[in-house]
Amino acid sequence: MTTNSRRPRSKPTALQKERTGIPGFDEITRGGVPKGRPTLICGSAGAGKTLFATEFLVRGATQFNEPGVFISFEESDEELATNVASLNFDLKELIAEKKLVIDYVFIERSEIEETGEYDLEGLFLRLDHAVNSIGAQRIVLDTLEALFSSLPNEAIIRAELRRLFRWLKEKELTAVITCERGNGTLTRYGIEEYVADCVILLDNRVENQISTRRMRIVKYRGTSHGTNEYPFFIDEKGFSVLPITSLGLTHSAPTERISSGIERLDTMLSGKGFYRGSSILVSGTAGTGKSTLAAHFVEAACSRGDRAQFFAFEESQDQIIRNMRSVGIDLDKFVRKGSLKFHNARPSAFGLEVHLAMIHKTITEFNPNVVVIDPITNFLAVGDAVETKAMLTRLIDFLKLNQITAMFTSLTSAQSEVEASEVGVSSLMDAWLLVKNIESNGERNRGLYVLKARGIAHSNQVREFILTDHGIELIDAYIGSDGVLMGSARATQLAREQAAELDRQLATAHKERELRRKQELYETQLVALRGQYESERDAILTELDEEKKKLEGVAAQRREMARLRKADNSDYGKVQIDENGAKKARKGTLR
Amino acid sequence: MTATPRKPSRRATNGRSPEVNDDESSRWNLRLYVAGQTPRSITAFKNLKDICEEYLKGQYHIEVIDLMENPTLARGDQILAIPTLVRKLPQPIRKIIGDLSNTERVLVGLDIQPR
Repeated sequence: MTTNSRRPRSKPTALQKERTGIPGFDEITRGGVPKGRPTLICGSAGAGKTLFATEFLVRGATQFNEPGVFISFEESDEELATNVASLNFDLKELIAEKKLVIDYVFIERSEIEETGEYDLEGLFLRLDHAVNSIGAQRIVLDTLEALFSSLPNEAIIRAELRRLFRWLKEKELTAVITCERGNGTLTRYGIEEYVADCVILLDNRVENQISTRRMRIVKYRGTSHGTNEYPFFIDEKGFSVLPITSLGLTHSAPTERISSGIERLDTMLSGKGFYRGSSILVSGTAGTGKSTLAAHFVEAACSRGDRAQFFAFEESQDQIIRNMRSVGIDLDKFVRKGSLKFHNARPSAFGLEVHLAMIHKTITEFNPNVVVIDPITNFLAVGDAVETKAMLTRLIDFLKLNQITAMFTSLTSAQSEVEASEVGVSSLMDAWLLVKNIESNGERNRGLYVLKARGIAHSNQVREFILTDHGIELIDAYIGSDGVLMGSARATQLAREQAAELDRQLATAHKERELRRKQELYETQLVALRGQYESERDAILTELDEEKKKLEGVAAQRREMARLRKADNSDYGKVQIDENGAKKARKGTLR
Repeated sequence: MTATPRKPSRRATNGRSPEVNDDESSRWNLRLYVAGQTPRSITAFKNLKDICEEYLKGQYHIEVIDLMENPTLARGDQILAIPTLVRKLPQPIRKIIGDLSNTERVLVGLDIQPR
């Protein structure tokens, strides 16, 4: 009798799925609930079954333009509308738009008398009428088991249920059926035996006084699906499931680098900062400036036009803004501009999963490029190390998948071995900065190390880390024969070194001056000596000249004498004169 | 349509029937919901008729509603099971489901005391 002719059944090979529109749910089921088939939602009281069902219909009507029928066995139309009004679902409007029909099926057991055979054709007719009146493609039966408490004959109910599910399939209605969870069984009346296709279990567990809602796909015939328990939560926007366990390490790795917000730190990271999409761990003991590092990072992000999300689990937004202003970082400006958002929560306010969920949801809504989580260690207050690590793994996976650069701060206790105490997450991180208080000479100084930076040639040296009124400054720590010196010790050592340096400079200058003086001295002496030499030489030359002249005079006399004496023409006397400059010629043979 | 000796025992009217001055036939307003002319609905109608004739002669009015034709009416009386007999009057509303083959239970359901 349906007027609503539907598409022909799909090939038997592929199971068609219908998106619910519930954030996260369609991911873990890889497409939603089975199309044209019933899905069973079971859970104990207050697990969120009715809400899931309602949202399935509301989202179907609003997002996918698929009208739906809500058969309520527990709550009247009015009650339902009121209950979900707080989630911004306007059922009355949907009803007016003919996108939704609510039929409240109610039987007061006390006014019923059973006399002979019957069936539930009345219910079928109501369903059929409701479905046909708006051409519904989705239907919710909430809580079907109410039939068992309102009608006495269980055998008839069971037979009729079987017929009901057959009818739903024939009508190709995508149905969501909610059921109360039984003691040790999925449903109190074993409804699951009728619904062979898809069974989903909702759970609300309290551990350490913190309740966490979880969802698990118990069964989903003919398709692969996530088998884990997925946390979900219900807030003012409805139901959110968190498929946070990523299904593989398939995220891409951007090569873009982004600044850490501290120039010297970028320098330590081969001058360009971190990779976009990487996860950065900043660990350190109390008061080492981890949050300030994070604030720098956020400031740099917002300044270059990125959007940043700050998850603070220790301080309120105002407190962070005030504190960061004292080191010259103005975060308020970015908050007002809308590029920075804070999410502040006490770690103990929710369970780990809900925190993760909140983070997940906030990120999905705000879509930031940069995320800071300050600090991750506070999660240990609500979960043990294993759980916390698992949660962070999922969070990091999620962030990487979305190419969000994330900075996590981690508080290490002063006594413990720094490198061993990081909630065991350091292996998940791409970069790890360690801020350490180094105590010596009665003072504490901060030292910053880059312990690791995957894919980045990074400095292996410690830098001294100083908080000034204009932010963090990194200074080369003194590394010398006396070890690493910081703070006043470094200053003293530097002063000492400077003094020594000065001394050496002075000494050198002095020596140079001396050398110059000596040069000048010797040069002057040289000039004087030369003058002396020249004068002496001149004198000697003059003397020689005179002597020669004298000798010539003598020779001339001798020749004159010889001529006068009529001597023969020998050169005997002449040689003698040449040899010695002698004054007298000697007799005898010399040659 | 004689005055019946059977007393429609409403505990309130302990002082019994003679002061029934309004239309006798509307004292018992019964509505039978069926879905099409199925053997079961025919049986139910027959059983109802028999019981009424025996115990409520002249004081009853039966309305048969076929939900196949008027499915919207199912909502008003919260009908799930077919057939369902609704005692609209006298108040309070009572519902009897089934083909009314068990006369005793029908009488209990309608709150008619058998002789």
